[in-house]
Amino acid sequence: MAGQKLTLAKGLNAGLRAAMEKDAKVVLMGEDIGKLGGVFRITEGLQKDFGEERVIDTPLAEAGILGTAVGLALRGYRPVVEIQFDGFIYPAFDQIISQVSKMHSRSLGYLKVPMVIRVPFGGGIGAVEHHSESNEAYFAHTAGLRVVSCSNPEDAYWMIQQAIECDDPVMFYEPKRRYHERAEVEIDDAAGAPRGLHEAQVLREGTDVTLIAYGPMVKTCMEAAGAAADEGRSLEVIDLRSLSPLDLDTVTASAEKTGRVVVVHEASTFLGMGAEIAAEIQQKCFYHLEAPVLRVGGYNIPYPPSRFEEEFLPNLDRVLDGVDKALAY
Amino acid sequence: MSDQDVAPVPERDLGEISSPHHHETVAPGVPVRDVTDGGPEMVQFLDADGKRVSRGNCEPYEPILEGLDPETMRSLYRDLVLVRRVDAEGHALQRQGELGLWPSLLGQEAAQVGAGRAMSTQDYAFPGYREHGVAWCKGVPPLNLLGMFRGVNHGGWDSNANNFHLYTIVIGNQMLHATGYAMGVQRDGAVGTGDPSRDTAVMAFTGDGGTAQGDYNEALVFASVAHAPVVFFVQNNQWAISEPNERQFRVPPYQRAKGFGFPGVRVDGNDVLAVYAVTKHALDEARSGQGPTLIEAFTYRMGAHTTSDDPTKYRVSAEVDLWREKDPIKRMRSHLEREGIADPAFFDGIDAEADALAAEIRTGCQNMPDPELPTMFDKVYAEQHPVIDRERAELIAYHAGFEEGN
Repeated sequence: MAGQKLTLAKGLNAGLRAAMEKDAKVVLMGEDIGKLGGVFRITEGLQKDFGEERVIDTPLAEAGILGTAVGLALRGYRPVVEIQFDGFIYPAFDQIISQVSKMHSRSLGYLKVPMVIRVPFGGGIGAVEHHSESNEAYFAHTAGLRVVSCSNPEDAYWMIQQAIECDDPVMFYEPKRRYHERAEVEIDDAAGAPRGLHEAQVLREGTDVTLIAYGPMVKTCMEAAGAAADEGRSLEVIDLRSLSPLDLDTVTASAEKTGRVVVVHEASTFLGMGAEIAAEIQQKCFYHLEAPVLRVGGYNIPYPPSRFEEEFLPNLDRVLDGVDKALAY
Repeated sequence: MSDQDVAPVPERDLGEISSPHHHETVAPGVPVRDVTDGGPEMVQFLDADGKRVSRGNCEPYEPILEGLDPETMRSLYRDLVLVRRVDAEGHALQRQGELGLWPSLLGQEAAQVGAGRAMSTQDYAFPGYREHGVAWCKGVPPLNLLGMFRGVNHGGWDSNANNFHLYTIVIGNQMLHATGYAMGVQRDGAVGTGDPSRDTAVMAFTGDGGTAQGDYNEALVFASVAHAPVVFFVQNNQWAISEPNERQFRVPPYQRAKGFGFPGVRVDGNDVLAVYAVTKHALDEARSGQGPTLIEAFTYRMGAHTTSDDPTKYRVSAEVDLWREKDPIKRMRSHLEREGIADPAFFDGIDAEADALAAEIRTGCQNMPDPELPTMFDKVYAEQHPVIDRERAELIAYHAGFEEGN
């Protein structure tokens, strides 16, 4: 796939295909993922090529999907579960928290439940209620789970394969509003993944303020950094990529360099990822900070009707406003 | 509006599905359920006196029963007695402060031994937390079960050593695990090959309360759609802590199976022969690729829900007395005596074996060591994790600080 234009959706599709070709124990489960290819077409063509036994159109019941995925994993399979939309994961919350996250530890290591739970998340697509949520913090709070989020086609391709290879359960958050954006991608299968699943990536180097984001907000932050550069401000942008565990080495190195950090996410700020990142930075980089770590995120209300979402979601202007506030100290 | 104006709730025509409860009216408007009567469909081979009978829809299971030799009959009795003794010891250890909690299986020995003994070695069991008898039949050392109730682990045994999964506390979760495992069995081609050492079935255990859970109902849907080799085994012990059947369902579990698309059978859960035969039949069908079966073992929880419960708050002792007459061990012993299958020396030998087993469990429990402190960080993840590593190191350093006298 060298040098071709690839969407994030196609990157995931190709990554799933590669994982299925590599390991016959990888099975996909979800609602409408067979002939339809999923409501976002991420699994398009996979049932045709790998069969109904490996690409399973499940009954419409999320607890059932996760619970049977646990059973399949206990039998030696590596299920990749598609949750149709972020807001539909809650029926499966009990299985994920009570069983998926704890199985390895409560068995004292005898049992493993390697599985990937794919969650299309976030807003910005004008959707109806329950289709635009960012619930990653619930799962990042839970020991036993790993939580990652891809922001671009190349990461989509590699991270989904790394998540599937991982022996721990991985929550895989996909920025649904970026699914169909294209990018030039150089994929060298022989060279392998350019970085580990849990490594953050400095996407743009800068000296004045660090922006930390993941998933859909990475692009917003990159645009903000471009706009800031026009005004003579040098912003560093980190794509966090992994929400649990956090790559604190990359985060603190940048915080110590710039002394000013703004964390950006769509999720509500109260006890969101930004709260944890701010706490870690103030603890590890206290004497390097020129300003308190600031957060730009969703307001602390239920996700509003879509006519409000432009105001609810952080955008370029709100990110730059956060940068201004950080620089004002 | 006076009381007389209130129209009674009409009985609704449910077609072939019958009302679950026997409405014997003891006073106007007060229906009382006879909790000892499993109804005319319930499969029974031994009556309460241990007499060999053929009651209920028992025809398909007769050949299995006819195939049981005296040695197997005696060993079933042995398991009933030993399992009751394991349970009594668990209860005593809790009362002595050695365990934090114990969920007793008293009264359910036949249901569990019948089911457990019907399983083949390769069959996999997914229990709730009261299935000490199934664990015994699968060869799980009883001491393994005590760890979680003593608080030294959350289970921690190697499930794959005996094909007996960890106890599951959240009611109903395990029904889905069993179904998913059975879907894996299908994908491994271990169903319907005709090879008795390869074909595999899965058993999922829960109680009457569990049948109300979403996970339970979703498991039945998934198993039905997948035609999975799983047998759902519901021990209807009449009580979900303090709530009787009337608070859990209006149609009994075995009748509901039909609505999911597979057979349901009610069996006398205090009759080890009937439970064995019905379960064996269902497992054989599952292994041969005929899909799921639901078995409702009609039994009774003679003790409290757990050692933390007080059943005198919510049920009358007369009900317990009625069920004591149906005791599963007494009835199997009567049968063995009546048929001349076992002599007094045999029964004395089993009692002595139970005494020895109880002593072994008691000593083993008392000598069970507390876990080493840093091990609580172990196995949270299968792969390396920086937060776990950091916190483990911090805790070790914190304790080392005290040792150095800082």
